[in-house]
Amino acid sequence: MHDFYLSLTQWLPESLQTVVWIMIKIVSIVLPLMICVAYFTFAERKVIGYMQTRVGPNRVGPKGWLQPIADALKLMMKEIIIPTKSNKFLFLIAPILSLTPALAAWAVMPFSDTLVLADIDASLLYVLALTSMGVYGVIVAGWASNSKYAFLGAMRSAAQIVAYEIAMGFALVGVLMVAGSLNLTTIVQHQAGGFWQWYFLPLFPLFLVYFISGVAETNRAPFDVAEGESEIVAGFHVEYSGMAFAVFFLAEYANMILIAALTVLMFLGGWLPPVDMAPFTWIPPIMWFGLKTSAVAFFFLWFRATFPRYRYDQIMRLGWKVLIPVTLVWIAVIGLAKFYTPVGFIFS
Amino acid sequence: MTFFEIAFYFFSAVLVIAATMVVTIRNPVKSALFLVLAFFSAACVWITLEAEFLAIVLVLVYVGAVMVLFLFVVMMLDIDLAEMRAGFTRYLPIGGIIAALLVAEIALVMHQSFLPADYLNPTPQGVEYSNTRELGEQIYTHYVYAFEIAAFILLVAIIAAIALTMRRRPNNKYINPGEQVKVKREDRLRIVKMPSDKPIDLSPVESPSSNEETS
Repeated sequence: MHDFYLSLTQWLPESLQTVVWIMIKIVSIVLPLMICVAYFTFAERKVIGYMQTRVGPNRVGPKGWLQPIADALKLMMKEIIIPTKSNKFLFLIAPILSLTPALAAWAVMPFSDTLVLADIDASLLYVLALTSMGVYGVIVAGWASNSKYAFLGAMRSAAQIVAYEIAMGFALVGVLMVAGSLNLTTIVQHQAGGFWQWYFLPLFPLFLVYFISGVAETNRAPFDVAEGESEIVAGFHVEYSGMAFAVFFLAEYANMILIAALTVLMFLGGWLPPVDMAPFTWIPPIMWFGLKTSAVAFFFLWFRATFPRYRYDQIMRLGWKVLIPVTLVWIAVIGLAKFYTPVGFIFS
Repeated sequence: MTFFEIAFYFFSAVLVIAATMVVTIRNPVKSALFLVLAFFSAACVWITLEAEFLAIVLVLVYVGAVMVLFLFVVMMLDIDLAEMRAGFTRYLPIGGIIAALLVAEIALVMHQSFLPADYLNPTPQGVEYSNTRELGEQIYTHYVYAFEIAAFILLVAIIAAIALTMRRRPNNKYINPGEQVKVKREDRLRIVKMPSDKPIDLSPVESPSSNEETS
């Protein structure tokens, strides 16, 4: 594949050749991802529809399957209204700031043993660093809009993300203690052998903490106080319309898929089949990865249809006083059990 | 120029411009955002220098947590920068002396460790070289006591900060979540049974209140 590309682009200078090849790889990840995001919004409306005994969108195209495309077209045609006395530059750059980290994190995602764009050594840290940057889109949007509701949403989001970021980071410390590596590919390879080898069993508390923090980090129900339709209209994106709003929307769904994929990689064995036997190994690894990610992503939709929104002080209490102590205790348990007790083998 | 060199000079230029904007721009929120940009481009420069662990941690800690809190505060304060700059010319001499001293100190240290003739340029490491593992081994073996002492000082600082700001607030409407969870339906809810409408009295009455029937 790469040789074929090189033969096609011999006329280019060498450094430019590298850049174009990287661009091609980026597009081949981002384009399917964007299609996934579009159909994830459709899945959400359908799933929540059936959970509330409705049918959901079924008018555009066969069984409603063209609905996301119609939505995208509609949002592209609409005018982007910029509020008076807002900061125009920051107002327009905020949606980009929230979408970019969600897409850039996919650079280190391993889809199978060999299929990864950049197999860097500290990929787990890289993903954590990038997901922590998504909050700037929300904060900048809230400030630049020159609106009280948007500003309230931004403040809430900032406080919430700082709280849950810590719990998330500690949950990942547990994973890297057990795997002994910061590389996502190595972490998955350590879980080989069957579903009883996956990390969700020895690290069950951390698995729960990570997933809950992930839901909070993506500002999804029941932690969606940054939007809080019934309290502060639409929170940080209340002043946004048209494509600028659509980019925020895309960022939220891209982040959900990202968190689901990370949960699968770190706790549910990534692309590995649940049992290393004939009928399960027939399915290719990338399919397993997709299946597991979809299953975890389904929980995001299920949560939204099930739970009422948390009160703000309850969110803070859960983050600081429940999730962080749980992770701290479990990290100590892993460390002590691994080096001082005979049951250390379950953590290695 | 290789791709790495182009990236290095590009991010260095962004870093210098952003750092200049931090101190010259008038709006404090924009200044904080330029500081974020400066941190980010510094991280990118470090990556081109093969210090990927430090770069990622710089983004994770400073961009992802510290600056978020900083922005949180700066956005809510009404800072008048014109007032803060009022004494600029008055403090310029002493500030200038301190700046010159700092530059001289840094130059001395740099001169001592990087300029001698026997100092070799570091050779680029291979792809499989793990910066993170190397750093961890250094910290937890050679420098473990220094590291532990630094950690302990940080812990003391955290406790001191909490102790300084923790005071009794009698007006605080404190919520006890345990009590909230323990509440039973009987504690909060009283069901009052009453008929949905009164039965109509069909017997003839002489009271004057029912005279609307006669009209």
